[in-house]
Amino acid sequence: MDKIWPGILKPVQLTGAGRPVLHPSEIECQLVDAVEMQLEAGVTLPPFRNTLVILTTHRIIYVDENAKSAGSITLGSVCRTFPPKKSFKSIFACPKMRIQLWSKKGSVVEDAASASESGITVVMIFRGQTSPDAFVTKLGEVLEAKAWEADLKNSRVGSENSLDGGDAKTSTSRLGPANNFASTPQVRKLNPAMAGVAGILRKEKEQLDLADKNLQEAFSDLNALMSKAKEMVNLAERMRIKLLAAPSQQTSTADEEEVGKQDIQELLLSVGIVSPVTKESAGALYHQQLARQLADFVKIPLQKSGGMLAMVDAYCLFNRARGTELISPEDLLQACSIWGTIDVQVAMRRFDSGVLVIQSKSHSDEEVSMRLEILVKQPEAMRQGITASDAARALGLAPALAKEHLLAAEMRGQLCRDDGADGLRFFLNILIDLDVSTAFQ
Amino acid sequence: MEQFKMPYFYNYPPYFTLQPVKDTREKQIQLWKELILKYCKHYKVFVINLDEDFPLFVNSAIERKLSHEARELFLGALIAEGKAEWLDKAHRKCLILWRSVTDWANLILEFVKEYGFEEGVMTLEEIRTGDETRGTDLAGIDKTVLVRALKILEQKGKAAMFKGTAADDEGVKFSA
Repeated sequence: MDKIWPGILKPVQLTGAGRPVLHPSEIECQLVDAVEMQLEAGVTLPPFRNTLVILTTHRIIYVDENAKSAGSITLGSVCRTFPPKKSFKSIFACPKMRIQLWSKKGSVVEDAASASESGITVVMIFRGQTSPDAFVTKLGEVLEAKAWEADLKNSRVGSENSLDGGDAKTSTSRLGPANNFASTPQVRKLNPAMAGVAGILRKEKEQLDLADKNLQEAFSDLNALMSKAKEMVNLAERMRIKLLAAPSQQTSTADEEEVGKQDIQELLLSVGIVSPVTKESAGALYHQQLARQLADFVKIPLQKSGGMLAMVDAYCLFNRARGTELISPEDLLQACSIWGTIDVQVAMRRFDSGVLVIQSKSHSDEEVSMRLEILVKQPEAMRQGITASDAARALGLAPALAKEHLLAAEMRGQLCRDDGADGLRFFLNILIDLDVSTAFQ
Repeated sequence: MEQFKMPYFYNYPPYFTLQPVKDTREKQIQLWKELILKYCKHYKVFVINLDEDFPLFVNSAIERKLSHEARELFLGALIAEGKAEWLDKAHRKCLILWRSVTDWANLILEFVKEYGFEEGVMTLEEIRTGDETRGTDLAGIDKTVLVRALKILEQKGKAAMFKGTAADDEGVKFSA
């Protein structure tokens, strides 16, 4: 969208893979593609054709995949919606949906209170194959749920009442112990029940109870779990911060505990995709959107593992991050094979041996070969060679992948092998550079 | 006898593993062919018997030795160049021609002229182990090679072989 309707659509940032950046608590609900957008009479701005519409709990996001830009309407500014009419006449026309927005002086405002009129109406024309019914229903649901209002309240009240199980970021990190009393006196009210050691203990207990309740509710049924996903992520985040902040004088305990702590931290960190792309929400767009989400997701694991990730590892990491709505291996493969057709920074690669990996496009074989060269040129390696596990350690890769790299380097003539008693070892290929006429002098 | 000086790559373990990649393998074969010829020439080895351990093919310093496949491949490469021949059908014994038969024939001719045997008669055993050839390249020459070299001289009319009564007193009359 090169010219986003000023005053009506808010620009939205896109990730490297072309997915919109969502707010921390925002969850994607429904996707429709091939939507044309117009403004109803009164305002003359050019229409947008063929956009992808993503409905979230907070916004309606319009993504122009060709221009790599996006704009959004905050759901708070929606005044009324007019679903497509089901009449005999409309069977042959594309379904249209009108959304009336709160506005003030020709600009859309975020809530009804500050609006003076409801003069702007956006018309969405569904030109795709899929029926807009699911979208319309879902829009009704999210408008009903008013998730954005809860969020607004949270961020306002969050600092006032540390009991609300809400945003860990606002309650913990922003309010350090130093400025507890100094700043914002109008926000802090002294509550006698919260004073003293008893108060602290009570606070702890209440927090525990709340967390417990959350857990119980979450696991009571899967649907509830989905709606609790956000809170669970929050909880994980809070536990992580707590672990980090745990006083270090208690470290007289065994080292094992420290290690365990780190493990838990990493575990909690990988609980992470708040808004997984699902078949239900994305429908026909499923694999494409999944491909984009996956491309964004694998960036960090890729960096950690030296630019290459075995497909199996990616599958496990991705599903663990999703937590629910797990994807099948076939879906993963399909999503990966779409990468070739969309503009993302990762690619799938099949080694000669059939091993499938994900690698970032910036990852080059030259770099790996350079690092291997340094490795095999060490005096020790010149005498004894290197094994796949040596290479794995040095490159930060899985041994199976390291072996693929070694074999590829051998194919290029960079390395040669020694198949001795202690297994397959690789050496710098000095043979290939030897000149038979001078080598014996 | 002075010890043969092995090239430095002789102690490089991959040199003893048959390389699977084409370019590397070709270079490896070339290096082995050259080494076999040089080694055999140095120690005057004419026959390599694959059923026995040939010292060149075993490097105890790095605990590596050539596989049978590799040995046959390298010898096969020498044979393809005419620098070696199988002596038996089972391909166990290989004659290494580190000097071609023609060159041997010329060498005999030079020896004959130098030592004044132009019209002389020698037994083959004398050429191989006799006092006359001691210290020359001809000493210790393989009998198969010697016979072939003399046949070349025969064709040129510069020698005539004859058989004695016993198997070991074949002789040659030079007429250079």
